[in-house]
Amino acid sequence: MTGWAMALFQRDLRLSIRVGGSALVGVLFFLAVVTVIPFGVGPDLNLLARIGPAILWIGALLATLLGLDRLFQADRDDGTLDLMLMAGRPMELVVLIKCLAHWIATGLPLVIAAPLLAIFLNIDPIAMGAVTLTLLVGTPALTLIGAIGASLTVSLRRGGLLLAVLVIPLAIPVLIFGVSAADAAIHDPVPFLTPFLILCALSLIAAVIGPVASAAALRFTAD
Amino acid sequence: MRSPALNLIAENLTIDRGGRRVFQDLSFSLESGTALVVTGANGIGKSSLLRTLAGLVALAKGKILLEGGEDDKLPQEHAHYFGHQDAVKPALSVLENLKFWQSFAAPAQTAGFTGIQMTPAEAVETLGIGHTAQLPAAYLSAGQKRRLSLSRLLVTPRPIWLMDEPTSALDKASEQQLLDLMNGHLTAGGMIVTATHTELALTNTKILHLQAVAPDASAPEEMLI
Repeated sequence: MTGWAMALFQRDLRLSIRVGGSALVGVLFFLAVVTVIPFGVGPDLNLLARIGPAILWIGALLATLLGLDRLFQADRDDGTLDLMLMAGRPMELVVLIKCLAHWIATGLPLVIAAPLLAIFLNIDPIAMGAVTLTLLVGTPALTLIGAIGASLTVSLRRGGLLLAVLVIPLAIPVLIFGVSAADAAIHDPVPFLTPFLILCALSLIAAVIGPVASAAALRFTAD
Repeated sequence: MRSPALNLIAENLTIDRGGRRVFQDLSFSLESGTALVVTGANGIGKSSLLRTLAGLVALAKGKILLEGGEDDKLPQEHAHYFGHQDAVKPALSVLENLKFWQSFAAPAQTAGFTGIQMTPAEAVETLGIGHTAQLPAAYLSAGQKRRLSLSRLLVTPRPIWLMDEPTSALDKASEQQLLDLMNGHLTAGGMIVTATHTELALTNTKILHLQAVAPDASAPEEMLI
C-alpha cells in the first residue's frame, strides 16, 4: 500500500524539480506582488505594517493559483491520467498525494520566502513569525481546494483563468482566518489561537473534501 | 466441460460520446488465451470500444463482466490500456518511468493466468531499448517511446491487454517482437482486445468487425468522434 504512494510522491516531486521553474516562478511572482503593493499605497511604513499580513496572504494565494493548472493537466495531456484511473488505486488518495507533492514543490517555497518578504513590508518580528506560521498551515488548504478547480478544468485548453475564478471564492474563508490570525498576533487583546485553530480546521476539511471532489471530477472527465 | 478460468463478457454495450450514439447493443465474450481483433472503418468506434473496456468511457447501457477475476476489482483493473498516448514523462529516465508504473499499477493475479513479471531492466532489455535505460525519455524517438510504453505491460502482470493500433510507429523488427509478446501473453492465458488496420499474425483470434448500419433516425450507429 505504501509502496505505490511513495512511488507517486517521488515521481511528482522529481518531475516538478526537473521540469523546473514551478517553485522559482511561484516565489518570483510572490515577490513581484509584494514589492508592487508599496508602490501603489505609498511609502507609509505604519500602513504597510498594518496591511502587511494581508498582502502576504493575497500574494501567496495568487502565487498558488499560478501553478495549480498543471496539477493534473500534464498527466492528462500524455495519457497518464487514463492509466492512473485504471491502476486500481483509490483516486482520492492519488489526488491527496499529488497535492502533497505539489504543495512541497510550490507552496512550501512561498512559506519559506514569506519572512524575507515580510521585511519589505515593515512587519515586526512577532507578526513575521505569525504570518509564516499561518501560511504554513493555510497554504495546504489553498492547494487542496485548488485541486477541485484543477480537475474540473483539466480538459480545457486554457483552463488557468477559469480555475482562478472557480477557486478564489472557495479560498475566501482561508484568507479571512489566515489574515485575522496574523493580525491577532500584532494587536494584543485579540487571541491568536482561535482564528489559527479555525485555519487549521479549514486545512483539515479541505484535505477531506478536496480529494473526494477532485477524484470525482477526474473520473467524470476521463471521457 | 470446464469453463476457462477467465471470461470477459460484454453485454449490450451502448455508448454515447459528445451527445451522439457511437454504437449500441454490442455484445461479445472472450475467453482467456484468445485475442479479439476489432476492425472497421475510421471513426466507427474501435477506440471508443477499447476505452469503454478500459472503464474510461461511461456506458449508456449494458455492462462489462469478468468471470474468474479478482472479486474486489473492477474489470478494467485487470487490464492494461496501450493507446495512442505514451504516458511517458520526458523529464524522467527510461527506467524511472518504468519503475513508477511497476510500483503504481496494481498487478492482477487470476487463477488461469501465468504471465510473468519482469523487472524494469529486463523489460527494457527485452524490447531492445536497454542501452537507453539511463537516458531521459525526452531523447527517445517516437518508436522507442512506444516501446517504453509497451514495456509497461511487461512489468505489471495483468491478464487483459487493450491495445489500440499497437503497431503504429514500430518498425518491422519491433512489430514482429510485439507479435511474439502478444502471442506469449495469449499462451500464458491472457487475453487481448486490439483495434487494428493491419493484419496481425496472432494465434487464436476472433474478429469483431464494426460496421455502420444504414442511417436510421432512431439508431444512428455511425459517427465520427
